[in-house]
Amino acid sequence: MAEPKRSRRSFLNYVLGGGLLGWIGSVIYPVASYLRPPAEAGGDVASVKWGPEGDFRPGTSAIVKFGRKPVLLVRLEDGEFRALSATCTHLDCTVQFRSDQRDIWCACHNGVYDLRGQNVSGPPPRPLGPYAVNIVDGDVVIARLEA
Amino acid sequence: MSRKPFGVLLAWLALVVAGPVAAQDIPETLQNDQCIACHSDVGYLPDGLLLAGPHMRAELSCAGCHGGDNTTDDEEIAHAGTFRGVPDAASIPAFCGRCHSDLGFMRSYSPSASTDQVANYYTSVHGQKLRTGDTHVAQCASCHTAHAVLPASDARSSVHPMNVPALCNGCHGDAETMADYGIRTTQYRDYVGSVHGQALLEREDLGAPACNDCHGNHGAQPPGIESIEHVCGMCHVNNADYFSATGMARAFADEQLHACEECHGIHDVRKTFDAMVSTGDDSVCTTCHEEGDDGYAAADSMYAQLSALVAAQDSALAVTERVREIGMDDIEIGFLLRDAHESTIQARTLVHTFDPSRTAEATTVGLEKANEAIRIGHEEIGDFRFRRFGFGIATLLITILTIALFFKIREVERS
Amino acid sequence: MSETSKRGVFGWLDDRFHLAPLVDYMRHKEVPVHRHSIWYYMGGVTLFLFIVQLFTGILLLMYYRPGAESAYESVRFLMNKVPFGWLFRAVHSWGANIFILFAFVHMFSTFFTRAYGRPRELTWVTGFVLLALGMGFGFSGYLLPWNELAFFATKVGTDIAGVLPVVGDAIKVFLRGGEDVTGATLIRFYAFHIALIPAIFTGILGVHLLFVQRQGMHEPEFVSRQPEGEKRTMAFFPNFLLRDLFVWLIVLNVLLFLAVFYPWELGLEADPFASAPQGIKPEWYFMFMFQTLKLIPAHVLGLEGEMLGVLVFMLAGLAWMLVPFWEIRTRATGRLKPMAVIGFLALGFIVIMTIVGYLV
Repeated sequence: MAEPKRSRRSFLNYVLGGGLLGWIGSVIYPVASYLRPPAEAGGDVASVKWGPEGDFRPGTSAIVKFGRKPVLLVRLEDGEFRALSATCTHLDCTVQFRSDQRDIWCACHNGVYDLRGQNVSGPPPRPLGPYAVNIVDGDVVIARLEA
Repeated sequence: MSRKPFGVLLAWLALVVAGPVAAQDIPETLQNDQCIACHSDVGYLPDGLLLAGPHMRAELSCAGCHGGDNTTDDEEIAHAGTFRGVPDAASIPAFCGRCHSDLGFMRSYSPSASTDQVANYYTSVHGQKLRTGDTHVAQCASCHTAHAVLPASDARSSVHPMNVPALCNGCHGDAETMADYGIRTTQYRDYVGSVHGQALLEREDLGAPACNDCHGNHGAQPPGIESIEHVCGMCHVNNADYFSATGMARAFADEQLHACEECHGIHDVRKTFDAMVSTGDDSVCTTCHEEGDDGYAAADSMYAQLSALVAAQDSALAVTERVREIGMDDIEIGFLLRDAHESTIQARTLVHTFDPSRTAEATTVGLEKANEAIRIGHEEIGDFRFRRFGFGIATLLITILTIALFFKIREVERS
Repeated sequence: MSETSKRGVFGWLDDRFHLAPLVDYMRHKEVPVHRHSIWYYMGGVTLFLFIVQLFTGILLLMYYRPGAESAYESVRFLMNKVPFGWLFRAVHSWGANIFILFAFVHMFSTFFTRAYGRPRELTWVTGFVLLALGMGFGFSGYLLPWNELAFFATKVGTDIAGVLPVVGDAIKVFLRGGEDVTGATLIRFYAFHIALIPAIFTGILGVHLLFVQRQGMHEPEFVSRQPEGEKRTMAFFPNFLLRDLFVWLIVLNVLLFLAVFYPWELGLEADPFASAPQGIKPEWYFMFMFQTLKLIPAHVLGLEGEMLGVLVFMLAGLAWMLVPFWEIRTRATGRLKPMAVIGFLALGFIVIMTIVGYLV
């Protein structure tokens, strides 16, 4: 009678120990993955990295997701970067850069802005808000301008 | 000159310049000006005189316009020579044009100033009537005031865009004055309730048109009916372009119908809504088209497309609201909603092609985006409820541990 | 068995800190066993939940960014971009509520078994202070996600503090960090929630636990009247502790179940300039006070009703805290025990007012 009792006891201890280890694991795993900062940004970002400066051809543009808002990043022919809110001030469409016209254009109602974001013609009532562009270690970084 | 507009101007000036001019209010540059010195002594300065305006520079002063000598306090000498006194209404354009039509003179003050105002004025209905001796019509001072002239960019100016509608209405809203000319007087009332009027007067959006933006400034004329689509097209470029390329534009011209106006009105341009292109009660299409013809079918089809897109957007918005409330990720959905919104706007503009296949280009994209937003939204809501991966394992482990502990306790207590 | 070996780590420590008497004390510590033994676990569960709160709270701090501009977004970020962030937030939110619930259960079980009496007066007083601090934890933590409901609940809650005579306004301004609930209030509540209250709470909790360990478990009257031979006890170590662990694991499982299947929502971001939404309700453990204040007429005997209500609640709270010092003693044979009546009245009042608050 003594033998099976002892084996039952040791079995119980194994279950207890194993369960405890497993439980510790099921706590450590979420905590460890929690503590590793996620790559994706949240809704209120202060700056967004586009990528290496060299990959951005002059005379082109890109729409960059800046938190919840799109930002139009333009590289002029002379290599200068400009970043402006891509939300048309008329009815919230997304504007685009037209390199041949040297302007920023909203397709919805033909609103036109100049390359500083000033509303030039068509329905837009206000200029496009500017963002700061910095080159940090060769990367193009768009940042919110302090109001 | 009619009394009424003058009264309006006086009331207006009272706002600009409060009370009569007191000696201490006279700017330093005008302290030695004898016109002002004498006329303020005898309390005979014109009502509403704006001493700080662009005309009251030291070298212009009263004498700049009215002539005479402003350096002497001798009344006779001062009022001799070039003295012109107060002009009558008919001669006011020439009175102002003495300087404002003189390019050489204006250049010394404002190199870019145009000098064609008087010439333009005489092409206007106002100018033509004035020439025939009708002094009830507007001349320079009717709009610009006599003694408080300010540039249109100055918010205090009588011709600042925000003040223009009421200014024009001073005469054009007066039934008595307008009776002689057979002109309606409802324009201002119509305008105030229109999208343009609300944008300008309520939202203070200076990009919105005031009277002069469609009718011209000094050469004010009603735009010719045939040119109305160009007038609207100055701002509403896409709509006008789409429209003028359609068979509808030709049909309108044949029928002597007026482009934009037939559907949108003139001064009372309403905020548009989708049912305008339906076949229902609010439809503008059914004025001409009837069941069975192509236009009727096109209206039906475009309205169905727009309604479907708007409905999809509404449900996407409702889903998004829920996603926000529960704290899930709404960023990607936000971008999709923007795209759907943009498609809706494009589709509404494309309505002016009257071609359901063109509007469908936009509404199809919009529907896709809205449905994608709804799908992601439901996924996020689902994730919120069903993020149970791993929970099963954790529960199982804890349950095993609990049961093992239970037996352990029994074992400990038995021994 | 009684001689502890002086070798090993324990020996090394024992040499320096004389732990043996302590271990010996623990070894001989016993817990009474009777039909009301279950209530002995409530304090332990509350302690366990506090530890869970501490643990998840520290984790939340890693991503939370206080401030009116950033708080809400950072919680949203934590909930849907950070792996398991949703879980830790849900456990923290649910844990807070269950913590308060068990603290209440613990308090009332102590009250009805009259465990607060001599010599445990100070254990009761410190326990009451811990409950009050726990509610402060709840009130300050509720605002931190900066959502609409919390914003207005805080507004109403701090307004109530403001009705007190003389000091009311000063307290309100102190709590809000200004005249109104703003970003300054959020920062202040953040400081209260993660620094001030935890510091005080931990200190008092230490004292509370020390008292409990020193005095042992209270024997209810019906047990102490039993003859010595019929009394049953259980060793604290390991029997009671193992049972404690057993209960904790069950509570943890329930907590996880709630967190996963009834996850906490975030709500809409607070807009200080929006009008208050319909049906602002405080957290459930403030509901009975909130509802009572709503029911009191505007003026009572020439005094402002709300102020009177708050004063009465403060006096009642004070009386409750000082129960061990004014307890009405009766002979054990008496059928109607006045203290039990008082306890049932208090409990009944809280339960009914809470239910009314949620129904209306």
